[in-house]
Amino acid sequence: MQINFLKYKIIYFVFFGILLLGSIFSIFYFGLKPGIDFTGGSILEINFETRPENQVIQEKLKDLNLGDITIQPTEENGVIIRMKEINEDVHQQIISKLGELSKVNEKRFESTGPVIGKELKQKTIILIIISLAALLIYIAISFRKASWPLSGFQYGVISIITLTFDVLIPIGIFCLLGRLYNVQFSIPIVTALLTILGYTINDKVIVFDRVRENVSRKRQEDFEQILNQSLSQTFTRSLSTGICTLLVLFAIFFLGGETLKYFSLTLIIGIIVGTLTSLFLAPPLLLAWLKLKKRR
Amino acid sequence: MLKKKIYITIIFIFLLAFFAGNLSYPKYLNQGIDFFNSKFSLKLPHFWDVPFKLGLDLQGGTHLVYEADFSGVEEKDYNSLIQGLRDVIERRINIFGVREPLVQTQEASGHYRLVVEMAGIKDPAQAIKMIGETPYLEFKEEEEDYQAILERNQKVAETKEGQIEDPFKSTLLTGKYLEKAEVGFDQTTYKPLILLQFNEEGSKIFEELTARNVGKPLAIYIDGVPISAPTVQETISGGKAQITGSFTTKEAQDLARNLNAGALPVPITLISQQTVGPTLGKISLDESLKAGALGFLAILCYMIIFYRIPGFFASISLIIYVTLLLSLFKLIPVTLTLAGIAGFLLSMGMAVDANILIFSRFREELKSGKDHFAALEAGLRRAWPAIRDGNLTTILVGLILFGLGSSFVKGFAFTLVIGNLIGMFTAIIITNNFLKIFIKTKLENIKWLW
Repeated sequence: MQINFLKYKIIYFVFFGILLLGSIFSIFYFGLKPGIDFTGGSILEINFETRPENQVIQEKLKDLNLGDITIQPTEENGVIIRMKEINEDVHQQIISKLGELSKVNEKRFESTGPVIGKELKQKTIILIIISLAALLIYIAISFRKASWPLSGFQYGVISIITLTFDVLIPIGIFCLLGRLYNVQFSIPIVTALLTILGYTINDKVIVFDRVRENVSRKRQEDFEQILNQSLSQTFTRSLSTGICTLLVLFAIFFLGGETLKYFSLTLIIGIIVGTLTSLFLAPPLLLAWLKLKKRR
Repeated sequence: MLKKKIYITIIFIFLLAFFAGNLSYPKYLNQGIDFFNSKFSLKLPHFWDVPFKLGLDLQGGTHLVYEADFSGVEEKDYNSLIQGLRDVIERRINIFGVREPLVQTQEASGHYRLVVEMAGIKDPAQAIKMIGETPYLEFKEEEEDYQAILERNQKVAETKEGQIEDPFKSTLLTGKYLEKAEVGFDQTTYKPLILLQFNEEGSKIFEELTARNVGKPLAIYIDGVPISAPTVQETISGGKAQITGSFTTKEAQDLARNLNAGALPVPITLISQQTVGPTLGKISLDESLKAGALGFLAILCYMIIFYRIPGFFASISLIIYVTLLLSLFKLIPVTLTLAGIAGFLLSMGMAVDANILIFSRFREELKSGKDHFAALEAGLRRAWPAIRDGNLTTILVGLILFGLGSSFVKGFAFTLVIGNLIGMFTAIIITNNFLKIFIKTKLENIKWLW
């Protein structure tokens, strides 16, 4: 069974191009909403017996000088209130004030000081740099042996280009979600993004490995032919692995509760994009580079 | 000869699976043992029942970070002070009756912090209040220009401009030197007061302090608020002092109790708090277990439909994989958090990958005309670099993530890394040996099964 994957490469380029541009637009236009992990602030999640309107809650808390607060209804009777960092006294005052509206049950309260937020931000940046460096080294080692018709360096560059897609597209979608549903960019999201890198680099390596293996077996054949053959061989594996991972992630997304919701969503988007770019973006890019090289 | 080796391996695998399965969920085995014991009047012991260790987000609880204020303390004392602080807070929590509280000290870029975790606590607000209420007791003496400050304060009070200044300055005498505090009553007014007894070192300081300040007021501050400022009549030796103020008896008792449990050697501020109510903890646990079970079943179905016999064996090895991981979680023990469970579930998806890689290669090799055994061997050999690399990258990212230290990330990264390691093992050892049972059997010839 051999499918001519590369026949439609223009479509793939256009498709991923649009996605990437859309994401970049979203990142610059909407911007990331940093969560309280990074900025400091408080989150209070409570359940009411009967939930009052947002405005009523806002009115009730007006006297406490909480600054800019957002109130977001969840599930049947819950609300999540986000505000600046508050101390334990104010926290208890809020609970008792809200208790006057309707019986409340406090589910979760988090308050992070700006100092901790700043530290965590620095740590996260360092972490991202180390992860990227480690992956670059890994890529360099993995592809050092490739020689014909493209060098290991070129395989590496293309992996990095496609990985950029895998990460930027989820971030772009996230910025959009931040605008629409007030989703914040928090530690779990960073974790998810780094996990995506670790996961999808693998997809690329497996496809490229196949290409290399087939190249070494039949040197004489047309490179496009070899690419198509390699894709046909790795196609089911990529799809199966992607589907199995997604099955679990969808289960977490739908059943796993509020805390893991956006964490799993980020992973879902990243793994879908990552699987698709390994199959439909990386190989056409290899071919395009080869053609460019020949023309010169 | 070869088959014999395979059978032995498989027997070992089953023994391991039986052990791990019962370790992760001993209820049924123990019920069985009870049944036998009652039926044949035997006294067989129960299977080892180790509970899972649940994190704060799954059983409810509160995670607090306090920052210690070391201004005005010499650097060489930092360590002993932070230890003292830790002990005091631990005692305080113990009074409150929390099971296995965790109090840790932490140093981050020159800031000294105290992390307090109280699991399963019913009323975190009360506990926070109690830790926060812990009085920071200090004695203060007059500033040099005491009178001038008082006059300035007077002016500020009249004109309502400028700031009130504290006319007293800190001294060496703080709650650190307190031996005990008790409630007493004033002999003439019958008002409650607090009697303080300092330890030897504190007594010396107190003596010097009173000698220096005869005829002057000595202010007693609790948590930065002046409580009383009695005038020193004469030098006091022996380290006895009393605090009079407008307390009710109840307030005096609380204060004395808190002072006894240990006045804090340095002031602290709560800089971060995470509290999960017990209901949410329970819901989160149930939800994540449900999600896990459903995801697991979905993978099993997919594997069996798509890969048939190999898929079936991959499913069995996936079940063994789950029991092995759960056993490890109990034995290490790993504190399971929501993020940890997410890492575990994600690693399940990835564990399948190793199986899938082997099967894909195996199918290809079969198609190229090799017999089963050769195809299996070649499949494993060819798939191995990809399996190794794939797990390596995830483990690499996992280890780096672990370095971030935030509890969410740690829990996730740890279970993901263990999951990947065990996943490789099950795919290569377990699935592969299962598949070898069918070498040279009739099933081998039914092409659509493979």
